[in-house]
Amino acid sequence: MSAPTYDLGKLHGGLRLPGNKENSTAAAIQQVPVPAHLILPITQHVGDAAEPIVGIGERVLKGQLIAEPYGSLGAPVHASSSGKIVAIEPWPVSRRHGDTAPCIVIECDGEDRAVEVAEILPAFETLPADFLLSRILQGGIVGLGGAVFPTAQKLMQATTCKLEYLILNGVECEPYISCDDMLMREYAEKVVGGARILLHALEVGSCYIVVESDKPEAIRRLGEVLGDLNDDRFVLKQVPTIYPSGGEDQLVQLVTNLEVPTGGLPTDVGCVVQNVGTAAAINDWIIDNKPLLSRITTVTGDGVAQPMNVEARIGTTVADIVNFVGGYTDRAEQLIIGGPMTGKSVTTDRVPLVKATNCILVLSEAPAGGTERPCIRCGDCAAVCPVQLLPQQLFWYACADDEAKMRSYGLLDCIECGCCDLVCPSHIPLTADFRTARARMQEQADEKARAERARQRFEARNERLRQEQQIRDEELAKQKESARKAGPDAIAEILMRRQDPPDEDR
Amino acid sequence: MWIAVLTITVIALLAGLALSFASRKLPADAGELVEQVNNLLPQTQCAQCGYPGCRPYAQAIVDGDAAINLCPPGGDDTVRRLAAKLGRNVLPLAEPYSLARAVAVIDESLCIGCTHCRSACPVDAIVGAHQLMHTIIETECTGCELCIAPCPVDCISMRILA
Repeated sequence: MSAPTYDLGKLHGGLRLPGNKENSTAAAIQQVPVPAHLILPITQHVGDAAEPIVGIGERVLKGQLIAEPYGSLGAPVHASSSGKIVAIEPWPVSRRHGDTAPCIVIECDGEDRAVEVAEILPAFETLPADFLLSRILQGGIVGLGGAVFPTAQKLMQATTCKLEYLILNGVECEPYISCDDMLMREYAEKVVGGARILLHALEVGSCYIVVESDKPEAIRRLGEVLGDLNDDRFVLKQVPTIYPSGGEDQLVQLVTNLEVPTGGLPTDVGCVVQNVGTAAAINDWIIDNKPLLSRITTVTGDGVAQPMNVEARIGTTVADIVNFVGGYTDRAEQLIIGGPMTGKSVTTDRVPLVKATNCILVLSEAPAGGTERPCIRCGDCAAVCPVQLLPQQLFWYACADDEAKMRSYGLLDCIECGCCDLVCPSHIPLTADFRTARARMQEQADEKARAERARQRFEARNERLRQEQQIRDEELAKQKESARKAGPDAIAEILMRRQDPPDEDR
Repeated sequence: MWIAVLTITVIALLAGLALSFASRKLPADAGELVEQVNNLLPQTQCAQCGYPGCRPYAQAIVDGDAAINLCPPGGDDTVRRLAAKLGRNVLPLAEPYSLARAVAVIDESLCIGCTHCRSACPVDAIVGAHQLMHTIIETECTGCELCIAPCPVDCISMRILA
């Protein structure tokens, strides 16, 4: 049997996976109350960690800035409720690399007092684009689809390119996850509002809002809102339900039929992609002055009592959220932050909800893997790969640790979607192998960069020592010269002085 | 037949002349080879090979004075790469060595500000003035351990980075 593939005309490969989304979309979004403690990592985004600007014991209000962006790429962190800072310490988090991150721990006072709004902005249409972008940076807004790239920087980069389309990503193709679906159903006007701000800030003339065909309710709601708005810049687009059509580059290809070049960005083909959740967050911040303090997340799987979507404050621990939805069932075995394909399995529910957490998945048993057997080179993985790589070849070179070959076979283009794992008849954990290979490549590159720096510093030091020596030698030569000029009597006097130093020097 | 012999002889002669011209006018650049070998070394500048830094060791390797297995921080990987580059045999490391990346740390409560470690550091990763506390720039430290021996109060230790 060969792997099931679907001819999309535009997108290669991909899989139709069972959605498992119905359980969590039955009920409306529930609000998780303010927990006793909030754990706010300073590394909730791609780029440099934010710099805490509060001290232990300090009282903070909801919406107050507690960590500033540091370095060229980053986002600020705000207190998601009022309370007292009790610790700034490493805490377990669900990141792909590393298990702990420095976190600011707030003991909430339960009053949930917000900071006073400094200034009420005039209507966004009257504001200049660059002001809006810097404003978005201050709101701590990052890509909420899971990549958590700081939105302001992404937009700033985009404004330097020639843009044609803004694409709002409401595809959410990974099984189990339904937070964007629920967001579009309940807050469609916020999504569209955010899109209008983005269109204005980017000075782009058209926007595709793209939703997968398995979300008819979301499409209906968005259609209503767009119908009321009657703005011909917007096009609502339905795409077939195929994993991983929600990947940024895949979506661009699906919508515009343009391929994002290797190592390039969607802006290279005139597109900028934003998640619908990000658009809603931008709307909240620019219109309602609410920074990114909470997000909608899906709590689902057969390991939780009542699967549903909840809106929880950033920093609420997974344990608090699971308790809110009725706790674990007896069958709960495995906790995954993110979806079953790209998520990360964690061993503790003390990890906090961060800006990236779109799903908390509790499963009764580890997904059926089977024992790993040798590659039989069937090519199923190549058939499903959405980036048209050859995973079997990559696997071969990953085993041989052949970096040049892995590069030339496009390892860096791998989006780690996990399709090849799923179809592999030999149960080879290909994606995990690629991830390790990539980490190793990164490590080697870092090492090389470090060695190069050390070499430069070593050479600079040798040069400095040489110059110092030269100056000393010249000085000495000058002294000798002047002594010689003064004649033998002066030299004799100097020698005498050395043999018989005056009393006060002793 | 003689025409064929003559043709081949002439071609061989011309090719030989061209080759000898090339070998004289375009000499193999030893300096460049030293640079390439130096690039394969880890640049810790630790002098554990017996030479005062990575570049002098690279020079010694190219000159044929030193074996390729004298670099402990480079580990077996470096020996393998050197062997491949120079067409020599892979040798086991002369001395076993832990490859975990470590940096030196100064116990600042004990430091007397003697500046001995500062002058020992091959990459200028130690800052501090005379009679004032010194500290190590962690991101620049190569973990060469050369600062440990000169310290008169033994306040420098190695910390393994996770």
